[in-house]
Amino acid sequence: MDVGGFLGLVERARGGDRRALGRILTFLEDLSVSNAWMVEYLASNSSGKAQVIGITGIPGAGKSSLISRLIKAFRDKGYRVAVIAIDPTSPLSSGALLGDRLRMQDHATDPGVFIRSVTTAGFEGGLSLAALAMIEAFDALGYDKIIVETVGVGQDETTVMDAADTIIVVTMPGAGDDVQALKAGVLEIGDIYVVNKSDKPEASKTYEYMSFVAEKGDIGREGAWRPLVVKTSAVLGMGIRDLVEAVDKHLEYLVGSGDKAARTAKRRKLLIKLLAKKIVLDTLKKVYEEHDQSVGEVAKTLKGFYEESLELVRLAGRKLIEGS
Amino acid sequence: MSTAHTQSPHTTKRKIKILVAKIGLDGHDRGAKVIARALRDAGFEVIYTGLRQTVDQVVAAAVQEDVDIIGVSHHEGSHIYVARKLLEKLREQGAEDIPVVMGGSIPVIDIDTLKAIGIKEFFLPGTPLKEVIEKLETLASQKAALKQ
Repeated sequence: MDVGGFLGLVERARGGDRRALGRILTFLEDLSVSNAWMVEYLASNSSGKAQVIGITGIPGAGKSSLISRLIKAFRDKGYRVAVIAIDPTSPLSSGALLGDRLRMQDHATDPGVFIRSVTTAGFEGGLSLAALAMIEAFDALGYDKIIVETVGVGQDETTVMDAADTIIVVTMPGAGDDVQALKAGVLEIGDIYVVNKSDKPEASKTYEYMSFVAEKGDIGREGAWRPLVVKTSAVLGMGIRDLVEAVDKHLEYLVGSGDKAARTAKRRKLLIKLLAKKIVLDTLKKVYEEHDQSVGEVAKTLKGFYEESLELVRLAGRKLIEGS
Repeated sequence: MSTAHTQSPHTTKRKIKILVAKIGLDGHDRGAKVIARALRDAGFEVIYTGLRQTVDQVVAAAVQEDVDIIGVSHHEGSHIYVARKLLEKLREQGAEDIPVVMGGSIPVIDIDTLKAIGIKEFFLPGTPLKEVIEKLETLASQKAALKQ
């Protein structure tokens, strides 16, 4: 797509054309050398005012249902809300079943809500380049709250930390004891911890574990944000007001401490890093296709494994420099 | 042979994105789920919006997700009404380029009417999954060609 066409889409999206915004997001799903300027344009037009809320946690903890409740609460306050729901790509078929929006469909027709599903498509950390680019788009188009739901892989999902302003970690009763909660990883990145399904037995026990996790950050961090723990039940609609209050409080802290600007800068740094990785991989792919042929030819020389592999490395290196 | 399935990891071609929808007071979602899983395994990106959706909700989801195809699974007899409303709403949203296909218990005698309304393909009980996948791939590539 040429520049004029894209700017036309952006203009239409600004005027409330949701079809145009949907199209823009599709372009951002496949960023490469030829269209990286699109995200550049959007980022230069974004206010940086939107609050990016990352929601993560174990599968089945109720993240999507909780988001549906949050959307309602934010809309009642007059905010425009965007949701980026990330679901895993199958490593076997490279297909995906995106089911997060199923629980948010009540809000599908609300003109102040835009929900988009994204696959992980080979990126580690549960967060993709596409999602980062979409954050810039939603910010540029005036959305106040951008909720990013990431794959609930549990203990090792920390890149959401580099992308969100406010991180909500969702857990539920019966999801492990306090030692589990003290393990390094996803349970140390939260700004807010939510014990969802609090209508279930053992909820107060889990609440205590999580409160202990929240405390541990106090040493040497006086004056810094102290993580909040909130009990909710997304299904019953309990504790949602407390959660929204915690989210507001964290935004106040971010703006007051200057952390907001720092987090935006951090997010953009991650975008550059992932874009560079994509460009390198795209280039490598091209070289690799030719590389497959070279393998056959070099193997015919019968110089032995070591000499042959060295020869391949030399050929690939030459192609990388010449070919890009 | 399904191209999405045999697609080499080295090509950057966009995956086919399909919305699987159940509209109205129809609780039979086994078929929709079987199709959703089969398409996922064939390399599609499948969005399932769940039971008892309105036409407006389905169109809103299709527009926000910018899907290539909408697939409606229907078992309760109101398919002609639903099809008419769905295509009307798509036109209203400027999304009439998204092809709509239908499956489920749809009487053969209604197919001509549905075709006239604008439904592109029909997958009646017993259709082999392979045929479903091939026809959807053809539809998606036709839509992509139109866009060029």
